[in-house]
Amino acid sequence: MSSHPSHLLEVHNLRVRFDTQDGEVEAVNGVTFSLGAGETLGIVGESGSGKSQTVLAITGLLAGNGRASGKVVLQGRDLLTMRPRELNTVRGNSIGMVFQDPMTSLNPYLRISTQLTESLMIHRGMSRADALARAIEVLDAVHIPDAKNRVHYYPHEFSGGMRQRVMIAMALLCKPQLIIADEPTTALDVTVQAQILRLLDELKRDFGVAIILITHDLGVVAGLCDKVMVMYGGQVMEANTLDAIFATPQHPYTRGLLRSVPRLDTAGETRLQTIPGNPPDLMHLPVGCPFSPRCPDVESRCQSERPMLRYQEDDSARACHRAIEELS
Amino acid sequence: MSTPLLQLDDVRVHFTLADGLFGSKVLKAVDGISFTLEAGQTLGVVGESGCGKSTLARAILGIHPPTSGRIWLEGEELTGKSRRELRPYRQAMQVVFQDPLASLNPRMTVGEAIAEPLRVFKPEMSAADRRGAVRRLMDLVGLLPNQINRYPHEFSGGQCQRIGIARALAVEPKLLLCDEPVSALDVSIQAQIVNLLMDLQQEMGLAMVFIAHDLAVVRHISDEVLVMYLGRAMEQASRDELYARPQHPYTQALIDAVPIPDPVRERAKTVTLLRGDLPSPLAPPSGCVFRTRCPRAEAICADSVPGLIGSQQGNSRVACKFA
Repeated sequence: MSSHPSHLLEVHNLRVRFDTQDGEVEAVNGVTFSLGAGETLGIVGESGSGKSQTVLAITGLLAGNGRASGKVVLQGRDLLTMRPRELNTVRGNSIGMVFQDPMTSLNPYLRISTQLTESLMIHRGMSRADALARAIEVLDAVHIPDAKNRVHYYPHEFSGGMRQRVMIAMALLCKPQLIIADEPTTALDVTVQAQILRLLDELKRDFGVAIILITHDLGVVAGLCDKVMVMYGGQVMEANTLDAIFATPQHPYTRGLLRSVPRLDTAGETRLQTIPGNPPDLMHLPVGCPFSPRCPDVESRCQSERPMLRYQEDDSARACHRAIEELS
Repeated sequence: MSTPLLQLDDVRVHFTLADGLFGSKVLKAVDGISFTLEAGQTLGVVGESGCGKSTLARAILGIHPPTSGRIWLEGEELTGKSRRELRPYRQAMQVVFQDPLASLNPRMTVGEAIAEPLRVFKPEMSAADRRGAVRRLMDLVGLLPNQINRYPHEFSGGQCQRIGIARALAVEPKLLLCDEPVSALDVSIQAQIVNLLMDLQQEMGLAMVFIAHDLAVVRHISDEVLVMYLGRAMEQASRDELYARPQHPYTQALIDAVPIPDPVRERAKTVTLLRGDLPSPLAPPSGCVFRTRCPRAEAICADSVPGLIGSQQGNSRVACKFA
């Protein structure tokens, strides 16, 4: 994949390793993708799939014992080789982050106003008054009613859904080109989740911001994303446009995942189809394809040789030894 | 008609909380729930956080005895019984919890954990018989015999949930209360556990109360569904009736809000979002508790609490003046 001028973010052969007492853990293996300005990418995977570590590596927020290698190019600059000070500027100006649990991401001792204006004064050199005006503006944008007064609230004075709106407002503050949202609605009730998803969709349209959305919920992806990347055991199994992933999944894991989700729109009399076995142990990944122990289409090669992620002309990609026609 | 396995009549669980120096406030966690559950049937209980669904399970188990209302198990009234008197009934009601790892003792091997309820409820059983029973249970829930001496931390979440289920089934209960049993599990593992529960139910004729916030899972597993909001029943209906023709505005909103894993359908969907957030359970709205977020609310909704009555369409029971 060559460098493309219109791409906002290009990730090439990203690998993440953790040194632990029990040995080295391969958390992410050879992740490659690109994201255009204003595009929304969904990264889908189960626990231990490496989806969160991928974005933490992109933003330079890996835990101390983690090492990232490969390339992460944001607007022409490689983030992995940047000095911390430089990286801080990029993070402050171009990337906004939204995490799963807003209560642990906000400082309970500080008013929202303090937390929202801080980064504007540091990253943008704004005066306190200007920063406060901008803070109120973004709270309005995420539909916090009575933002003028509520900007002075403490986090505990907001409900879970409102707190997540505050987090999104915080991510929007510096007008980033990219928002990374890691399971932003997982901790929320379903009716509140619907509100937050609607909000993210609005931001995409109104501000043209690109979004990387990490989730385990295929339904959430279906409503919001343009492209989808499916991960398992630290590797990308398949990447494609949203509609293609759901209509014509090309990887046994994607197919299994889609079949095993209980759906509201289809009758529930039949048994759920399952993917047999258990999720991979990152300490002891198989030599070959990480999905091979659970794959219905496994053949001997899959157990000895790790399949490479190959991109096609149409920007779709899969990592599987078997031809699409051969899959069950 | 035969006696239902489990029957609840107007069960309320209220907690009195200290408020300031002299005052106190009443938290109505469960407020007037009634249902009957026949042997071998599954009742799904859905609702968002704070709706009282877990407290309801605890009331049935006698962990938080109901403030008022009555509960019968196989025609025997549980309410009003002392802890000691309740003991034999506890054997017939077992629980599967949400967090499988947290509900297992980290210092007990799988074999010991599954044998524990047998030691408690069937002390007369010989050690050899108990070992045999543990092996049969492990086989039943899909655990391998060579895993018997392992500790919980050596298992994945799905396997720990299997251990939890084996433990619950050890004393041959008639009723299994499942409190969010699959919400902590990965999608591919969820399906395994849901199938396991459904198979076991068929084999053993178990009745289940299946508590979950995931409407799709509840649809899959339940015969009847109870929808709760702020401690009250909003709607109670057979599974097919509820999902095909939801009558209560809250049920409709809940079903609408679930994202469908299909981009084409998801785009075609028109969703009316609920306004705002859950009100404080300490100060619930007057009249219908849902009215502050209800798209159809009118002035009369604030006047009185709507009773759960049979709807004009179909045989669901709905607590709404407009249904």
